[in-house]
Amino acid sequence: MKHLFLGNEALAQAAIDAGISGVYSYPGTPSTEITEYIQKSKLAKELNIHSQWSVNEKTAMEAALGMSYAGKRAMTVMKHVGLNVAADVFMNMSVSGINGGLVVVVADDPSMHSSQNEQDSRYYGRFALIPILEPSTQQETYEITRYAFHLSEQMGLPVLIRMVTRLSHSRAGITTSKRETQKEISLPKNPHQFQLIPFYARKRYQHLINIQSDNRESSENSFFNKYIEGPNTSMGIIASGIAYNYLLENFEDDGCPFPILKISQYPMPKKLIKKLFNKCKKILVLEDGYPFIEELVGDFLGEKQKVIGRLTGHLNRIGELDPDNIREALGFEQKHTKKIPKIVSGRPPELCVGCAHRDLFDAINELGKEISTQQVFGDIGCSALGVLPPFQSINTLIDMGASITMAKGAADAGIHPSIAIIGDSTFTHSGMTGLLDAVIEKTPITIIISDNSAIAMTGAQDSSASGRLITICEGIGVEEDHLKVITPLHKNLEENINTIRQELNYKGVSVVIAQRPCIQIPKEKKAKLREIKKEASY
Amino acid sequence: MKSNIILSGVGGQGILTIAAIIDTATLNSNLNIKQSEVHGMSQRGGAVQSHVRISDKEIFSDLIPKGKADVIISVEPMELLRYLPYLKNDGYLITDSNPFLNITNYPELEELYSEIQSHPNTILIDAKKIAKEIGNARATNIVLLGAASSILPLNEESLKNAIKILFERKGEKIVHKNINAFDTGKKIASTLVS
Repeated sequence: MKHLFLGNEALAQAAIDAGISGVYSYPGTPSTEITEYIQKSKLAKELNIHSQWSVNEKTAMEAALGMSYAGKRAMTVMKHVGLNVAADVFMNMSVSGINGGLVVVVADDPSMHSSQNEQDSRYYGRFALIPILEPSTQQETYEITRYAFHLSEQMGLPVLIRMVTRLSHSRAGITTSKRETQKEISLPKNPHQFQLIPFYARKRYQHLINIQSDNRESSENSFFNKYIEGPNTSMGIIASGIAYNYLLENFEDDGCPFPILKISQYPMPKKLIKKLFNKCKKILVLEDGYPFIEELVGDFLGEKQKVIGRLTGHLNRIGELDPDNIREALGFEQKHTKKIPKIVSGRPPELCVGCAHRDLFDAINELGKEISTQQVFGDIGCSALGVLPPFQSINTLIDMGASITMAKGAADAGIHPSIAIIGDSTFTHSGMTGLLDAVIEKTPITIIISDNSAIAMTGAQDSSASGRLITICEGIGVEEDHLKVITPLHKNLEENINTIRQELNYKGVSVVIAQRPCIQIPKEKKAKLREIKKEASY
Repeated sequence: MKSNIILSGVGGQGILTIAAIIDTATLNSNLNIKQSEVHGMSQRGGAVQSHVRISDKEIFSDLIPKGKADVIISVEPMELLRYLPYLKNDGYLITDSNPFLNITNYPELEELYSEIQSHPNTILIDAKKIAKEIGNARATNIVLLGAASSILPLNEESLKNAIKILFERKGEKIVHKNINAFDTGKKIASTLVS
């Protein structure tokens, strides 16, 4: 029987079937459903597979490495920008290598549907010198994930699976295969493998370099890289990941007349690329994300043959691929399709009706009328929607936690008041260290933690901050008199404005916790939150 | 056999329920399916769409190419028009007539309706009212699915069976109401078309 799975769910089921003992993740579109699937899976519960959210991607990846160290299979999952947060451990664990199979899943977001950039994780994989897998279909996602754990153990390296939004968030019927049992604890045979002091790290790094030929070999012979013959050699096509589907879509039932090299495993299969170059007059490169393949092959082989793609303007340089822009790159005649009527207006996302952030922004905007130089530094999550009309309350939005540290830098430069607005989960993810910086220097900033007790933007997952914010702030050293809790409701507007105004006037660190749960939190979770609050007694 | 369907609306309006019913019916009819959807930021009151593709052969792209959709089913009238570039020349438009007003520059309703009706093969109905009349205002999307059902390459039984499977845990009453919504939608569409 086939299962109806999102690409993300196919990946999650494959990880369960591969015998993982734990998944460690922080939510982020388009990766969230992978971990959620495992959290909701009865089978995963029976098998005692760890799946609780981590505080951020770095703590997640390190925990996954710890599980691998113990000899068990583990997976860590994040969105593309999450890998920046985890980059420290990511770069070092390819040097140490792994023990139990370790798979890093990163979901890229070409076109930035829910992101600040469209960075391509394949560069990270190459940077760390590890195998990269890039599935093209949901079924292949299942199979490639099963394979990833074997490959990881065979190479002794973490393996990166790169997903993209359209594959993550599209459903298809999936056939699964026999489940493997979980591994027993078995500690690393080499006692120095994970001791990366320079003396041992140099040896490990040399080992990583030495096994690169095996890494390449594995890719050259990979089942997932396919050379498909075609009679028309006027052009050869390299298509990676999901681009392969868009390519085939353009030929429907007739089949593609050009030779195709489908790439789903890296390092790039050199022999297969050379074969395509030797046979074809020009090469079209189709890849979702950055021109990762095109740049490499274009630079070195492009002198002999023409290499076309995103860099040459035959495809859009930014934004995701689709069947239509690939159609254009293939040189097919233009389609005449209907136009969007002029009366259709844009409909950007907005804060939910009844959302607590709305009441907070109302207060901020009222205060803004009083103070001409006010600067508001925003942060990632639902509160980021305060950038848009009707609020336009936020001046900056860069990365997780940057509200507090940017407010600090701006205050150091002489801006006052300097305000940071950050969500509760974003605060525990990456805001606490910045707060400590400010406390140490007694920097005059006002930090508003808009605490909706959820990771709201990705679907109201549990927040690590729930019931802990006050004790965390006190522990970091925020003065009791300048640690305030308000309830952002319309009826409290005046009172809230007064509280915030008072703190803006304070020439030190103040924290105002604007506390009201996300309206998207399901009822049963709300009851749990009340319990947590009672225990934390605030 | 191949069929491309676009579902559209505003985040939170329940187009994914329509998608889930079509998906289930398709798998149970031993046909291939690909169905893309929108998660994340746009879900918060923004424009959302789902591409549903059904075929007895292998389906390649998760996204429908422009000019290849057989039908657009929309739970919101302006959102219907946003996806017109995807519609085949002789494709169908099926939409609820109730606007979702969360933006300040929403077009005049009269102008909007006349734009919709200027296209051939259009079914513009007050599905919300119909759903309310049969005692289940939340079944607006199922009324629209019923209205579209004769265009879909799935038989009525498999669609109704899928409705039963998906609403089963909410009780027999809800299943019955949704089947009723489906039938009513179908009936109204057939009267409109003839």
